[in-house]
Amino acid sequence: MAQLIQIREPGKDPLAETGDAPVAVGIDLGTTNSVVAVGTEAGAEVIRDDNGEALVPSVVAYAADGSAVVGELARRLMLDRPDVVVGSIKRLMGRGLADLKTLAGVLPYDVEPQAEGASGMVRITVAGRRLTPVEVSAEILKALRDRAEQHLGRAVGKAVVTVPAYFDDAARTATKDAARLAGLEVLRLVNEPTAAALAYGLDEGAEGLYAIYDLGGGTFDISLLRMEKGVFQVLATGGDAALGGDDLDHAVAETFLAERKTRLGEEETLTSADVKMALMSARLAKECLSTQTTGSWVIDAGGRQTNHSLSRDALEAVIEPFVARTVGICREVLADAGVTPEQVKGVVLVGGSTRVPLVRRQVGDFFGTRPLAHIDPDEVVAVGAALQARALTAGSETLLLDVTPLSLGIETMGGLVEKIIPRNTPIPVAKAQEFTTYQDGQSAMAIHVLQGEREMAEQCRSLARFELHAIPSMAAGAARIRVTFAVDADGLLTVSAAEQTTGVEQEVAVKPSYGLSEDEMANMLYESMAHAGDDMVRRLLAEARVEARRVQLAVAAALNVDGDLLVEGEHELINDAMAALDAAIAGEDRDAIGARVEDLEKATRAFAERRMDRGIREALRGRGVDELAPASPPEAEG
Amino acid sequence: MNEAEATAAGGGAISTCWSCRGPVAGDSIFCATCGAVQPPADVDHFARLDLTPTFDVDADSLDRGYFDAQRRLHPDRFATRTPRERAFSQLQAVSLNEAYETLKDPLRRADYLVTLKGGEVAPEGCSLVNEQELLHEVMERREELAEADSVAAVEALEAAASDDFGRCIAALSTAFACDDLPAAARLTTRMRYLGKYIEECRSRRTRLGRHT
Repeated sequence: MAQLIQIREPGKDPLAETGDAPVAVGIDLGTTNSVVAVGTEAGAEVIRDDNGEALVPSVVAYAADGSAVVGELARRLMLDRPDVVVGSIKRLMGRGLADLKTLAGVLPYDVEPQAEGASGMVRITVAGRRLTPVEVSAEILKALRDRAEQHLGRAVGKAVVTVPAYFDDAARTATKDAARLAGLEVLRLVNEPTAAALAYGLDEGAEGLYAIYDLGGGTFDISLLRMEKGVFQVLATGGDAALGGDDLDHAVAETFLAERKTRLGEEETLTSADVKMALMSARLAKECLSTQTTGSWVIDAGGRQTNHSLSRDALEAVIEPFVARTVGICREVLADAGVTPEQVKGVVLVGGSTRVPLVRRQVGDFFGTRPLAHIDPDEVVAVGAALQARALTAGSETLLLDVTPLSLGIETMGGLVEKIIPRNTPIPVAKAQEFTTYQDGQSAMAIHVLQGEREMAEQCRSLARFELHAIPSMAAGAARIRVTFAVDADGLLTVSAAEQTTGVEQEVAVKPSYGLSEDEMANMLYESMAHAGDDMVRRLLAEARVEARRVQLAVAAALNVDGDLLVEGEHELINDAMAALDAAIAGEDRDAIGARVEDLEKATRAFAERRMDRGIREALRGRGVDELAPASPPEAEG
Repeated sequence: MNEAEATAAGGGAISTCWSCRGPVAGDSIFCATCGAVQPPADVDHFARLDLTPTFDVDADSLDRGYFDAQRRLHPDRFATRTPRERAFSQLQAVSLNEAYETLKDPLRRADYLVTLKGGEVAPEGCSLVNEQELLHEVMERREELAEADSVAAVEALEAAASDDFGRCIAALSTAFACDDLPAAARLTTRMRYLGKYIEECRSRRTRLGRHT
């Protein structure tokens, strides 16, 4: 038993200490801005540039040679060279062309046309290059990784990356793919409001029911959590993956543009430069009117200047419908959890747009409490991510229990959706469903996986379609195919299937509706060879080492407990194999490690058999022979 | 936990630890020799959360059992481990969530406990030919709800149904305590209908509220 406790001691995990373990960071990959932070002994440190700025604008500019510039420099290019700059790419993660209709007018770049009915993630054209949103996000992640490496003076190989709680499976997968492309292993995808709760809870020692109101640049999330000592249990979450601070800016920009058109004359057409300038002024106005009650802004584009004044009251009238929508979602989430606003002890504000006084007022009114915002709303998510990255690598007593934001289901007869995993189910979760054939000798079956709350398949989001093949020939309704839907701790879905009557495992090739196929990913990894090859080799080597240490520890533990079962000369043999494996682990040859592990397993095989024999003998003695009914269920013991 | 594992070693089936290949009691969570996490054992939801199998589950003990187990088994604890350990931890956490979700909800708990004790609850959507009384009650309530035309009227119906739901819980507690399985099964069926009815009240209330 002492051995067991020693091995499990958090923070003293021998497997975690594989020598040159790269640092793990926390990354808030935002629509407008991104932040990287790193866990420290005392908590977490947000990594800043020389000017003390933590926010890296999520903007990428592409040079003619294909190299990318990320951040403030790229953002400044936005006005002069809109054709080579991409911003707000997060809104396109895991999105298809059809989704863009809901974002119409919001996207300031060229989207590649797609054949009607074709699926797959959108492609955009920037600086004459055809890019996926995954590749653009990867550039941002690489820049954050570089920033962290420069600051720490060490390699950064792992990260906790945050995603909006309301992100669907396709957007989550796209985020993970982007990290892979940036040479980062994702330790965990953590929901943004959950990360913020972690930062608040650990910092303030908050206990009770808390709501996290997260109005980001392009997404809105509301999560209700129960916090107590070291436990962060998400009870319900909701949101809108296409509603954010950007929308407030757009609403204000539209009023500016309408004014501009009236002043310049109705016959004048507005160019995209006008639109971009108006957006910039709108953003400034929104920020400025958070502290001032009135102000005026100049739109200067195409050699024409117009002056626009706006009061806080007028601003609030323009953005009120958006804020009301977020409050409506808060109401639904509370109802889902069976909680009244009075039961909520505090509401934490996250995201730059929560600085808008109207947002604070309405959120405060709804929850009947003054919202909390004393950790910088722009940085709190990255801080939480860094804390979680540290907890995952160094060990921790903190427990994060999250839920699925959207129901998962499949399409049934008549285009209806049958829900398999309802929303707000704690993850990880797995649910199995049995299907049968409806024709004699039917050998294949198509399954359409959906995510969403609506009753009709066409109103939900299509995640994937796949076909089950090689179903054994049987009468209609005789085959029983068990399909298992599993959502892991990252909120990602995997599907597996098996035919029950024959036990034939089905190979499930899921064709993601809006994701990238494995081939596409492989190509991208190949193209970004800068580190892809090295990274892959390094990761496989690290994995082989971890597995080898696991085997060594298991053998050592067995020797410790059952050493008396060794026969003469056996211990020496095992020790030799252990030493040979030690040498292999110290080396760089993954195959050699594998071979030495196999040698060690061979050297201990007879010993393991003796241990099993003794275990079974002891169990039999403990129970008495007369009690031994074959295949008696364990419950029969009482 | 040590005590529980010792009992198990004396009583349960023995299997082989996937990691050290030595003997491990069939219902252990970790191998007593090498400490490796094992695949989830085939035990009932109560045993999994270290609870006595009873209908009267205390919410605090349920939370405590669940949090304690998740603290040891959640995939976050295995983020730097080998892929196999990560996979087993995920399976364990899935089983814990399934147990917690089942036992937390009085209706699902009643349903599960009836089945665990060998009884049978009429599945959802089944005809209620043997339950004339319940059938009448359900039809009457539905009619009342269809006729209710104000938020206040729906709220009154909902409150009455919630009270009945609460009384079902109390009656179930007694039925299980006396091991009266047929009564428990009947009450569970009634509770299921009441639960659905309360949901219908809620959506009707929201609809009416939107129009006023």
